Amino acid sequence: MSRHLLSAADLDHAAAVHVLDVAEEMAATQRREIKKLPTLRGRTVVNLFFEDSTRTRTSFEAAAKRLSADVINFSAKGSSVSKGESLKDTALTLQAMGADAVVIRHPASGAPHRLARAGWTRGSVVNAGDGTHEHPTQALLDAFTIRRHLRADGAPTGSGTAAGPGSATGRDLDGLRVTIVGDVLHSRVARSNVLLLHTLGAHVTLVAPPTLLPVGIGGWPCEVSHDLDGALRDGAPDAVMMLRVQRERMSTAGGGFFPSAREYSRRYGLSAARLRLLPEHTIVMHPGPMNRGLEISADAADSPRSTIVEQVGNGVAVRMAVLYLLLAGDLGGRA
Amino acid sequence: MSTTTPAPGGTGPAVLVRGARILGGEAADLLLSGGRIADVGPDLSGAPAARGAEVVDATGLVALPGLVDLHTHLREPGREDAETVESGTRAAARGGFTAVHAMANTDPVADTAGVVEQVRRLGEEAGWVDVHPVGAVTVGLAGQQLAELGAMADSAARVRVFSDDGKCVWDAVLMRRALEYVRAFDGVIAQHAQEPRLTEDAQMNEGEVSALLGLRGWPSVAEEAIIARDVLLASHVGSRLHVCHVSTKGSVEIIRWAKERGFPVTAEVTPHHLLLTDELVRDYDPVFKVNPPLRTQADVEALREGLADGTIDVVATDHAPHPAEDKDCEWAAAAMGMTGLETALSVVQHTMVETGLLDWAGVAQRMSTAPARIGRLEAQGRPLAAGEPANLVLLDPAARWTVDPAAMATAGRNSPFRGRELPGAVVATFLRGRATVRDGALVEPAGTAR
Repeated sequence: MSRHLLSAADLDHAAAVHVLDVAEEMAATQRREIKKLPTLRGRTVVNLFFEDSTRTRTSFEAAAKRLSADVINFSAKGSSVSKGESLKDTALTLQAMGADAVVIRHPASGAPHRLARAGWTRGSVVNAGDGTHEHPTQALLDAFTIRRHLRADGAPTGSGTAAGPGSATGRDLDGLRVTIVGDVLHSRVARSNVLLLHTLGAHVTLVAPPTLLPVGIGGWPCEVSHDLDGALRDGAPDAVMMLRVQRERMSTAGGGFFPSAREYSRRYGLSAARLRLLPEHTIVMHPGPMNRGLEISADAADSPRSTIVEQVGNGVAVRMAVLYLLLAGDLGGRA
Repeated sequence: MSTTTPAPGGTGPAVLVRGARILGGEAADLLLSGGRIADVGPDLSGAPAARGAEVVDATGLVALPGLVDLHTHLREPGREDAETVESGTRAAARGGFTAVHAMANTDPVADTAGVVEQVRRLGEEAGWVDVHPVGAVTVGLAGQQLAELGAMADSAARVRVFSDDGKCVWDAVLMRRALEYVRAFDGVIAQHAQEPRLTEDAQMNEGEVSALLGLRGWPSVAEEAIIARDVLLASHVGSRLHVCHVSTKGSVEIIRWAKERGFPVTAEVTPHHLLLTDELVRDYDPVFKVNPPLRTQADVEALREGLADGTIDVVATDHAPHPAEDKDCEWAAAAMGMTGLETALSVVQHTMVETGLLDWAGVAQRMSTAPARIGRLEAQGRPLAAGEPANLVLLDPAARWTVDPAAMATAGRNSPFRGRELPGAVVATFLRGRATVRDGALVEPAGTAR
């Protein structure tokens, strides 16, 4: 039984589908008047956030609380961490507090691996985003969102009617085409999504300027393109996921990755015109926070195709499933 | 044949080493007396000079000239929490070394005659191996202004190797001037080849593994571009260039190209770059974080081939001890570097001898003769012959041992070979005829050459 969720690669096909199925059950409970479940009563979940991320932290916090776990929020800002306390000492402190699970967000790639493998904590470790490495629960919520829209009964490209009306339970993403656009080089969301969506059978295409793709991407289970118009027109994607691009990356100091916001937006932004290239059923996704006018136009962000707000809500259900499976069930998978 | 002139500092009782395979060849006896090899022969047990000598049974052991490291970080002064000259030279003796070059990136930096003389004196006080300080090329390793290279050369430390190791002398004009300037006293510039802009905040080799791990890539070209520039500069001004810790296939090819043209270039490779690859980074364990970074299997093979064919002249350890807290952390926060003095010979046996790429004479050339010549050390790296200084190591090539950092003499626990089984064990090390190591254990310092 796996004790940690460090990478999307930790989940094999069966485990990934199972997490999504449990997330569906969790989502169903969230439509009830009383949302709270007693499942993790008496267990302690620590949110260990070394980076600002109100969105992800509150999502994990809500997930843990709805499972009746005790939640300790430990954020680096204003804590002993900013005074030079090491990750190790912080982990030992949390261990002494009796953390059953540590949800960690850290600016250093691999920090969750160190936490899980260096023997500093006995609890389960959940990677809530590490540097430019991975963000596996984001990929799970994205896969959950895609599955709901495109693999539930009655969905536009859905197949079969095995499960109940509107249900996607038990299904994967086999044959779906997902196009991910933007700063892949610095994106933990892209890495986790490529791995997880591939595991679930989807066909992934990454679109970015060559400067924003890592050297060594050749081994990834996806296709790579530099031509967004071509990818949208000829690729006929079922889902288009736009990644956040940081304006600071234009300058020499920031790496000189692209010449200007205007040029980036012109070549790689999801404009109203590009929106019209998409098949009717295609959904538009973004992990947030968005740079409206840079990687995504208001037309795209606010269109009926957009699942951006829904993704946030799905995040709570998916994180409930992950915490539940790690602490009270069996996540399965490879780890 | 025997000699009666004692080597400087060579005192102590005579030692008769019996049945050692010299450079892995035929077994012979070596008689050590007065700090020198007094005689070498098939059976010296009856020789008059051997009467009363302490006998060392070296049956099955290989005798090599004492190893010389061109690239050691002893950390003192300034980082005595990581290593001291005492602990680092004990590690060197245990690794079979009789001389080490102490890198300049101490605190204060070894960029003045005062600091290099201090390091020299600390080495003499320790007495385990000869310590030859490396002088910084630029003041404070800042890459702005030449340090007083001549003063360091003329000092009691007699510095001949100059390096900003840890930092690259990236300014082409400054590098040119340094190369030219040290010609006046037969010095050599040992360059840490790393283009700084291409490696800002770089964390590991740029390639498939870095792409997956989301760690900032450290491209091969950042090393190769500087080496290409520097070999051309060395040729242009006719000065000696030494390239530190070559780590890529492309670097080997550039150096091979330069040597084919007769450019005055030498190069070193570390034991860890001969064995380990960036695949080891996958778990983010900072014990594998090093500068230059671990590369790919193709690079490892090119480095072995380059060392075998003489493109790379020297194995140098780049022994870089760090305190535990500098490695017991997340990857990005960890210090770069690995210990190496006590594993170097074993790793070379494993990667070069057992693969058939080098014989023991080749190992002696690359770990003793060549580094001594580059560092202009007259009494090191000499043949195992009568009249030569009695600096030698006896190793048991049939031994197998499992690397345990806690059992090492170095203060650093950051060995990337931890837990690995390696071949070859140093049984004895002699510095000027005195055993610093016997039966694999430290004995006592041999003292200084004065």
